[in-house]
Amino acid sequence: METLHFAFDGGTAPAPFAPTLVGVVASGNLEVLVEPSPDTGCRIDVDTSARGFGAVWEAVLRDFHERHGIAGLSIAIHDMGATPAVVSLRLDQVIAAIQGVTP
Amino acid sequence: MHSFAEMSARERLAALVDAGSFHEWLPPSERVTSPHLAQLGVPAAFDDGVAIGRATLAGRAVFVAAQEGGFMGGGVGEVHGAKLVGLLRRALRDRPDAVLVLAESGGVRLHEANAGLIAVSEVMRALLDVRAAGIATVMLIGGANGCFGGMGIVARCADTVVMSDIARHAMSGPEVIESAHGAGEFDSRDRALVWRTTGGKHRWLCGDCDVLVDDDAAAFRDAAIAALDAQRPLTLEALQQESALLQARADLDDDNADAFVLWSRLGVPDARAVPDLDADALRPLRPAAVAALARGGA
Amino acid sequence: MDWRTVVTRLFGACHAIAADGEFLGGMAVFEGTALAVVGTTNHAAVGVDLALRQARAVLATIAEHPGRPLLLLVDTQGQALRRRDELLGIHRAMAHLGCCLDLARRRGHPVVGLVYDQALSGGFITSGLMADVCHALPEAEIRVMRVPAMARVTKLPEDLLESLSRTNPVFAPGVANYVAMGGVRSLWGDDLAAGLRAALADRDTADRRAEEGARRGGRRAAADVIRRVLEA
Repeated sequence: METLHFAFDGGTAPAPFAPTLVGVVASGNLEVLVEPSPDTGCRIDVDTSARGFGAVWEAVLRDFHERHGIAGLSIAIHDMGATPAVVSLRLDQVIAAIQGVTP
Repeated sequence: MHSFAEMSARERLAALVDAGSFHEWLPPSERVTSPHLAQLGVPAAFDDGVAIGRATLAGRAVFVAAQEGGFMGGGVGEVHGAKLVGLLRRALRDRPDAVLVLAESGGVRLHEANAGLIAVSEVMRALLDVRAAGIATVMLIGGANGCFGGMGIVARCADTVVMSDIARHAMSGPEVIESAHGAGEFDSRDRALVWRTTGGKHRWLCGDCDVLVDDDAAAFRDAAIAALDAQRPLTLEALQQESALLQARADLDDDNADAFVLWSRLGVPDARAVPDLDADALRPLRPAAVAALARGGA
Repeated sequence: MDWRTVVTRLFGACHAIAADGEFLGGMAVFEGTALAVVGTTNHAAVGVDLALRQARAVLATIAEHPGRPLLLLVDTQGQALRRRDELLGIHRAMAHLGCCLDLARRRGHPVVGLVYDQALSGGFITSGLMADVCHALPEAEIRVMRVPAMARVTKLPEDLLESLSRTNPVFAPGVANYVAMGGVRSLWGDDLAAGLRAALADRDTADRRAEEGARRGGRRAAADVIRRVLEA
């Protein structure tokens, strides 16, 4: 298992929201917990069953941050070998959930 | 129809209870996770694979737990088990109308071995305390992984077991049996054999499940509502009767026969047609004598 | 330890306990008190027939001897791994046995468990672990599953599990671990009668295993989580 930490600056804080979870820690899947953070920017902590993919996570998460432009988030991920596409999907889902958008 | 089997535990929970009524205890943000998984290089789950809390069902107060079969096969670890025990002990104090468990589990979480084994036993004792207190206990079994092992035992300690026709409820999975005694004993790749030995249709026909439904979230909700008033007190007389019926049923298969043969001996007409029938068509075929082993009617 | 040795050391000649296949049953007189004895021997694989046989013995005790203490003698390799037992609902038969033991407790029968040789998995869940309290002999083995099968199911390497089985209380099969985790109350020394005497004197029927696991340090999270749910 590998633990990775990322932080991205910039973005706009969302409307207040309650801690929100999407996904399941199952093979090929991941769970994402998003909570409000008083800090600017976006902090993402990842526990992943697959080792050696730090650069891929960096790329996927940076892309996520740039796509949504949201600050004031603390995101925690438990990953069981999801592909980048599934990771991006879950992140999009959790943002939709905190914005009250029905998928 | 919304497939219950394809939903996550939290989706099933949301579909089961009255809309918006679920209040979770020890939610994911509290990070009450397993202390044992990191040493095995396995990521934890924020809820350790089970969501618990209170809700209403048709306006009535209930406690609920939903096991996530996708996480560690729904296996019961130390924290997961303690959440269930806490829920059951709280039910003794707060006295909801029922405790409902959406059960999907392989049993003891092997990654937590001894701690999981003791935890399963604590859940069993706590469940029987709730049942003895007259609070309805309901197991809803409809996930792809089924309900096995120690959870298979625990689930059958409840007043009511609801199964979909595609679910399974048993002790040991077919792979474990094949591993021990060969494919001749139990061919794990023969899906039809596996389902007629441990699946919902078989459990319904032989009296080991109380309600049979389609793989549909709304059907599970309706069955749960009906189960709110379906307590079955465990008296000496009730257990003596169950003992006799279980032995009589076992005696019907003294020659290690297949499910088809057992169904015929139980009095099911046209046993061979059973696998092709849906829940509605199958339900009336349960012999009256078998209904004594479960509650009568769906 | 052989069941006959256990029985002789506990009761001398004051017993009518016999083995019928792998089923153990009968009664004994211990320091003036009649006891019912139910259990298994020969590392029994518990299938439907053996589970139901034990359940009937428990029900007979409840019906014919109100309040008589029940001593469960446990020696099992776990549930039988057979298609027939799954077909006939071994999970149901085991739940039934557990419910019978629970009824005995509710009707005022002291229910004492003793693992005198092996206790694995479902065979243990439905017997010793349903006693008011379970004890064990120091040389007994209690575990969920043997390492090779566990490796196959979990896909974890066998040597990792072997190493954890030696060092980690969660995996180690020794009964001392189960005591530390609260699953077993005590190990009975050479004076088995002293162990049984103390067990019969303890009339607390609440499930205190989580508290004991926390107090003894072998299982720290469970009691805390239970408390948090009660207070949430």
